[in-house]
Amino acid sequence: MTKAQHIDWLLSLADDALILGQRLSEWCGHAPALEEDIALSNIALDLIGQSRALLSHAGRLEGAGRDEDRLAFFRSDREYRNLLLVELPNGHFGDTIARQFFYDQFALIRYTHLAQQTFDSEVAAIATKALKEVRYHAAHSAEWMIRLGDGTELSKARIQESVDRLWPFTGECFQEHTILDAAIASGAMPDRSRAQNTWNESVGAVLNQATLTKPEGSWKQSGGRDGLHTEHLSYMLAEMQVLPRLHPEAKW
Amino acid sequence: MVTDTIQEIIRRLHDVMDPEIPFLNVMEMGMVREVVQEGSTIVIRITPTYSGCPATDVIADDVLAAAKIIHPDSRTEIILSPAWTTDWIGEEARLKMAEHGIAPPTGQSADKAFLLGKDRITPCPLCKSTDTHMVSAFGSTACKAHFKCNACLEPFDHFKCI
Repeated sequence: MTKAQHIDWLLSLADDALILGQRLSEWCGHAPALEEDIALSNIALDLIGQSRALLSHAGRLEGAGRDEDRLAFFRSDREYRNLLLVELPNGHFGDTIARQFFYDQFALIRYTHLAQQTFDSEVAAIATKALKEVRYHAAHSAEWMIRLGDGTELSKARIQESVDRLWPFTGECFQEHTILDAAIASGAMPDRSRAQNTWNESVGAVLNQATLTKPEGSWKQSGGRDGLHTEHLSYMLAEMQVLPRLHPEAKW
Repeated sequence: MVTDTIQEIIRRLHDVMDPEIPFLNVMEMGMVREVVQEGSTIVIRITPTYSGCPATDVIADDVLAAAKIIHPDSRTEIILSPAWTTDWIGEEARLKMAEHGIAPPTGQSADKAFLLGKDRITPCPLCKSTDTHMVSAFGSTACKAHFKCNACLEPFDHFKCI
């Protein structure tokens, strides 16, 4: 992996966590129950914490004086490397849970490998910590999938809709891509087909328990890793970045 | 080498409290991993509890301020590896948690029973009943889960094992 690829790879890891964390934080004060409000905000906080560590590391490696804030607040949508899945709007609670479930299962596999790889020891340290947190997130989203799927007729119909709608966005997790291929070749990322199989198995098992149907479609929506995003990301960044961009040197 | 200055700083750090668990200090929480002298500088290495814990920055500032009273040429360093674990919380600190109404972490961090929602017994810190249930794995801060006692009906926090 070249240095530029290394940085890009770190940004892809950091941006997945940052964008999903920012999305989840929109639920703060709006979740269907107080416990859930707290849970979603806690998960958002963990994700943003993970991205801070990864962004700082990317900035240090780059050596151009960009710190975590610079990277988070002063990159445009085209410079963001996150999966399209994590930038999609929250929708209703089921949409948020289905998105979280797909991502958590992916994050578990990815962090498990990242914690063990020796290509980048700083990432291994960040991942070891993140993995402890993501296990809780994954348990939470899987529990909800089962409760909603194996719940009432209405909850089942709605969560199935969420699963079907989000499904085309899950393929991007394992899609071939120059940066990820370089990371896999360096041993920094898990083998693609093995990771995808593990994901398929664990996702399938939960959907099965939730009495939901696993979609068959293989069409993949992609572009996020190259900075080609849905329009939703720009609106989110506008809100997230407006303050530091208006007052770049502000301290509080 | 543990010099008098280092010992003095470590004594001081026992007065630096965790802002989110204000009856426990950073030493009891196992967050200070090392206090060493490098040249003329004293370096204090701190491990954050959770990636997103908002208290980490405050704690690092408080630790630095405390150290500088003893030795102005001090600095802090955040280290991530090995990752912080609840196993580092001392016995005395666990007792203090229980006294303050927080059920301390039980068992080893690697214990998957809690994570998987299998009911490992978390006694109520208020009435000591073992008849309790988890309301949510996510509580008032990143490090706590939300429980309720079936006997006295009081809600309480449980410090999660990580």
